[in-house]
Amino acid sequence: MAATMANATRATVLKLYREILRESKKFTGYNYREYALRRTKVAFRENKSLTDEAKIKALIQEAEENLQIIKRQVVLSQLYKDPSLVIEGENAGQR
Amino acid sequence: MLPGICRSTVGAVRSVVGVSRRHFLQQSSSLGTVAPKLEDAVTNEDTFAGRALYMDAQSTTPLDPRVLDAMMPYSLAYFGNPHSRTHSYGWESEEAVEKARAQVARLIGADSREIIFTSGATESNNISVKGVGRFYKSRKKHILTTQTEHKCVLDSCRALEGEGFEVTYLPVQSNGIVDLKVFEEAIRPDTVLASVMMVNNEIGVKQPIPEMGKICRAHKVFLHTDAAQAVGKIPVDVNEMNIDLMSISGHKIYAPKGIGALYVRRRPRVRIEALQSGGGQERGMRSGTLPTPLIVGLGEACNISQKEMEYDHKRISALANRLISKVTGQISDVIQNGDPDQRYPGCVNLSFAYIEGESLLMALKSVALSSGSACTSASLEPSYVLRAIGAAEDLAHSSIRFGIGRFTTEEEIDYTAQQCISKVTALREMSPLWEMVQEGIDIKEIQWSQH
Repeated sequence: MAATMANATRATVLKLYREILRESKKFTGYNYREYALRRTKVAFRENKSLTDEAKIKALIQEAEENLQIIKRQVVLSQLYKDPSLVIEGENAGQR
Repeated sequence: MLPGICRSTVGAVRSVVGVSRRHFLQQSSSLGTVAPKLEDAVTNEDTFAGRALYMDAQSTTPLDPRVLDAMMPYSLAYFGNPHSRTHSYGWESEEAVEKARAQVARLIGADSREIIFTSGATESNNISVKGVGRFYKSRKKHILTTQTEHKCVLDSCRALEGEGFEVTYLPVQSNGIVDLKVFEEAIRPDTVLASVMMVNNEIGVKQPIPEMGKICRAHKVFLHTDAAQAVGKIPVDVNEMNIDLMSISGHKIYAPKGIGALYVRRRPRVRIEALQSGGGQERGMRSGTLPTPLIVGLGEACNISQKEMEYDHKRISALANRLISKVTGQISDVIQNGDPDQRYPGCVNLSFAYIEGESLLMALKSVALSSGSACTSASLEPSYVLRAIGAAEDLAHSSIRFGIGRFTTEEEIDYTAQQCISKVTALREMSPLWEMVQEGIDIKEIQWSQH
């Protein structure tokens, strides 16, 4: 029982992680895009070996809220495109 | 013989600066006086494609997308006046404002009722200095501050001087920090307020606010601190530090411009004479309808910076060290201004000897930088903060401030360092001062001719 619970949680977390990264890549602004990717990776890695059920549940909830924020803000960033920076390639920020 | 050389040297330096300024403004290619090769090395090579990198986090920060996301509903559906008590439109907005007030209070260890929303740190500083001074003026007429404060504090003090107050502008040591002994000795029986900034906006040094808090409490003097550059970046607790009034700015912590807060202690109570007359909002200290969306933004920014402080601080420190070691590893005669330890690491102020800071800023077109406070960035005068720490005139003229923030990347740091190294090298190449130093002439010994 406990094992299947853990497996279910693992699948949920991985799905969330991948979805947040996929969405973050759509930010047109270089700095926001890089921040979202970097911060997500660090946060998920930091809590990789967490065992406290309540804490895991709270963090999943937080991640879901953040995913919704990213989705909305990505739409905004595509409506009001950020100009690409001098360190970005030719078409960076235009994707 | 020497004075003659000197005069032409000064002329050459002037013309170099003049040319690069003109060039910057007009993007033209006709140069005239300076050898075109060197000029090319400094400016022409970078017909770069793309926007400049942002490295000026002390002047303002970009809005955090999470902050904007929290604000949006209050710019759209929830537009009610938070002071309207007769309908739900007002109640929704009031609830949002009170939630934000609690978020600001929690970040600094205060009670919600001690937070007053203002338009920004400038207004908070004005209310603190003038408001406290005027309220107690029948009994106490002396104010203590430092020479490295922000313009708005210094100017508020000047205004009070015109009203018959006496103000002591304390000097700072060469590391930018006020000597606590000097501070305590400057307190008089009629001192009502001491105003000292927590983190300096130009050189990033931290003043010993907790110690000053103790001294002020012992002498029954109110302590005001301008913490615009500190709140959300370093831990601040108004009770542990014995702070009576504190100014907070929204746009330095990834919230929008036009919003700030003032902490005013309730016990022991600090009284203020309001500067603005009106409906008596914010406990009568700041009348005017509260801007709900901006306040929600400030609240969310405080909430985020409380959660992210450790991560941000660690990362920004690492980026600052990376920048400093790259630049100082490749260029000689670079001086870091301000105390090396008692500082906020995200503000790196470097002086590049033998070149003009302004010409370096113009050469570094692909990086958005500043030589100091944005308020004075239009003038060519050296910063009064650098003068106050006793920086020699030439070094005060050659400083650049690098502002690192939450959204700065390693790639940006590396690019900035590399640009900095190549531009400084090129500018020194054509600097007569640098040439003289290479020949072993001590520049300090030269008798500069007067004009």
